[in-house]
Amino acid sequence: MYDSGKIIPGLIIFVLFITIPIWYNRGGASTAPKIELPKDAKTCVLPAAEIRAEHMKLLNVWRDEVLRDGKRAAITIEGKQYPKSLMLTCMKCHTSKKQFCDKCHTYASVEPYCWDCHLAPVE
Amino acid sequence: MFEKALKGNNYYWMWLAFLGFFVAVAAVCYLRQYFYGLGLTGMTRDVSWGIYISQFTFLVGVAAGGVMLVLPYYIHNYKAFGKITILGEFLAISSLLMCMMFIMADLGQPLRGLNVLLYPTPHSMLFWDMCVLWGYLILNALCGWVILTAERKQVHPPKWIYFFVYLSIPFAFSIHTVTAMLYCGLPGRHFWLSAIVAPRFLASAFAAGPALIVVMALILKRVANFDAGKEAINKMVTIIIYAAIANMFFVGLEFFVGFYSDIPGHKHTLQYLFFGLEHHGHVYNNLVPFMWGFVALFLVGIALITHPYTRKQSDLWLGLGCASIFLAFWLDKGIGFVLGGFVPTPTEEIVQYYPTLNELFITVGVWAAGFFILTILYKIAIGVEHEIEA
Amino acid sequence: MDTNRRNFLKVAGISTLAGLGGTAVVDRLVAGAGMAQASTSTSHGTEQAGTAAKAGATRYGMVIDIKKFYQDPSLGEKAVKACHQAHNVPNFPDKRDEIKWIWMTKFENAFPEKPNLYQDEATANNQLPILCNHCDNPPCVRACPTKATFRGDDGIVGMDYHRCIGCRFCMAACPYGSRSFNWRDPRSFVANLNRDYPARTRGVVEKCNFCVERVQIGQLPACVEAVSESKALIFGNLNDPNSELRKILKEKHTIQRNPSLGTLPSVFYIV
Repeated sequence: MYDSGKIIPGLIIFVLFITIPIWYNRGGASTAPKIELPKDAKTCVLPAAEIRAEHMKLLNVWRDEVLRDGKRAAITIEGKQYPKSLMLTCMKCHTSKKQFCDKCHTYASVEPYCWDCHLAPVE
Repeated sequence: MFEKALKGNNYYWMWLAFLGFFVAVAAVCYLRQYFYGLGLTGMTRDVSWGIYISQFTFLVGVAAGGVMLVLPYYIHNYKAFGKITILGEFLAISSLLMCMMFIMADLGQPLRGLNVLLYPTPHSMLFWDMCVLWGYLILNALCGWVILTAERKQVHPPKWIYFFVYLSIPFAFSIHTVTAMLYCGLPGRHFWLSAIVAPRFLASAFAAGPALIVVMALILKRVANFDAGKEAINKMVTIIIYAAIANMFFVGLEFFVGFYSDIPGHKHTLQYLFFGLEHHGHVYNNLVPFMWGFVALFLVGIALITHPYTRKQSDLWLGLGCASIFLAFWLDKGIGFVLGGFVPTPTEEIVQYYPTLNELFITVGVWAAGFFILTILYKIAIGVEHEIEA
Repeated sequence: MDTNRRNFLKVAGISTLAGLGGTAVVDRLVAGAGMAQASTSTSHGTEQAGTAAKAGATRYGMVIDIKKFYQDPSLGEKAVKACHQAHNVPNFPDKRDEIKWIWMTKFENAFPEKPNLYQDEATANNQLPILCNHCDNPPCVRACPTKATFRGDDGIVGMDYHRCIGCRFCMAACPYGSRSFNWRDPRSFVANLNRDYPARTRGVVEKCNFCVERVQIGQLPACVEAVSESKALIFGNLNDPNSELRKILKEKHTIQRNPSLGTLPSVFYIV
């Protein structure tokens, strides 16, 4: 190989660089965070596993239905009626953004921009 | 062919470093703007577009100007332009990249820029503007690169490239027409609501674009041993003259419509731009010097480039004349047309616009980035030219 | 380059593109069934009516009684305050950053097509409220490249702050100057946050939304409610011939802003 003195070290550096996400945090992963569930409600809008996986999509669907289509039909949770709203429904049960939303988001290194506009409950 | 841009004399590297400095300054300024918001610019609720969009508007014209080289050569077989069509195509690439940088700098939420593609909106002119800008960029990159490669190998370009070359010609007209349509379809802005906006844009583009190419061809003759040829330069100057006169004719017509009809909507902005507008005891005239500068530079430029002495003998005065025309139309389209549209406001108030330093540095930096890209592209083109001459 | 290698790379490249493109096309077609549902419901919100009254469909409108605002300037203050308070509209000290959804202005600014050298005293010395006209043929909706602003089926021209890219084309297109832009983060400039309604972030355009979140659950807009005693602002369904709104429009002579532009506003002014 021509220039192997430059290529091989270059390749090694490149592979190390590209795989940084894999090896940089080795051994540093802490346990999954324990989030504070609301005390006064047993079920959420969807079953736990589903809401955990789909809440981003659900919020988008709610947004388009409420804002663009004007479909503000209330949803029923445990017999009570709630509007399709992050601030007026989700955050009324999950009253602490820090203890609930942020714990998982920080762990997963996710920064949703909801809170740029939507107001989190006062803590 | 990129290796051609990696070898150069000291002036080449110093020029790139000089441009790079302004790009770096602009990057820092843009970061400041990104984290604070567009409030760091001079734009306000009433003048919601400023020099970013005005530079974008002007540069779309410069990009379209390249068609004035492509059209005669490929359609009308005007052989003298053979050497310099690549200059026009590479100028188009660099100008379009500058346009896109200005738009990104101007967006309030730049990271959402892809929404224009994710939610295509055929009734919005801004959507079509993005389509044709990208289309023209890809066309120029494709045609310029393939044809330059073919020249380097001293073979005929492949037959299929001519489809794209011919496609790029209506595209060139369309990018500036669509940009004009951004303005001339808005019912609330009487200064812009005129059918002559698109022809005026095209005329000024076909003067400013080739003017810049002539200036650069003359500089390249000095510094890079690249001679475009007397016939080519002469023909370009002829095109510039007629296009520049057409633009002034159109501006004159706007004046006629405004001042003869005496309808305030048509008249007030022209008054603000050229004479100052009096409103509630205050005279607003911050753009007046720029507009008369435009007229003066045009007259000086046209006098220079039509004079037989300049045409036959003097590269320096020809370059100065073309630079003068370029600057004149930069003032006309960039400063006058775009900024003027916001005065008076829809509620008949007057708010004057002054760019901030941060905004100016970003603007200068984007221009520097454009010239940086242009320098590299031209270095490649000239490198290939020298290679095949040898 | 070796011809064989070159051909090989050509074939490899084209088949990769075809493969990627093909899967994308198939995905689209499969999802297309689902997407068509979603897009019909969203595209509903973007269509412009064009003609005034469509039988059956709601079209919200407002009548503003100018004389009442002239007689009682505090009404204007109440209306503006109610709106800006309910929607967390910030109050910037610097006029350049100003954001306003409804505000008081003079007659000649609201109706620039009707200049008048010899105005009556009341008109010359007082102000009236102006706001987004929620046009039936809105130029701002035509201009928006992402459909972030759209005309709903009920006639309200809405803003989707999630989608807005901040290009401000709508601000250039609006013939009434109704739109404001967030030149900086507005949160700290809202005096009393209404915790039942979001604020906005920097970089998006905002404007009056006819209190769509209140109207769609049967309430009146905040400004209308704030001056409800004086009936200076009347809100209702323009398509309902029996609504209070239509009754007033039949009885009183009303004008609209910049009618020659053909935007078909939903806001009427009783002179």
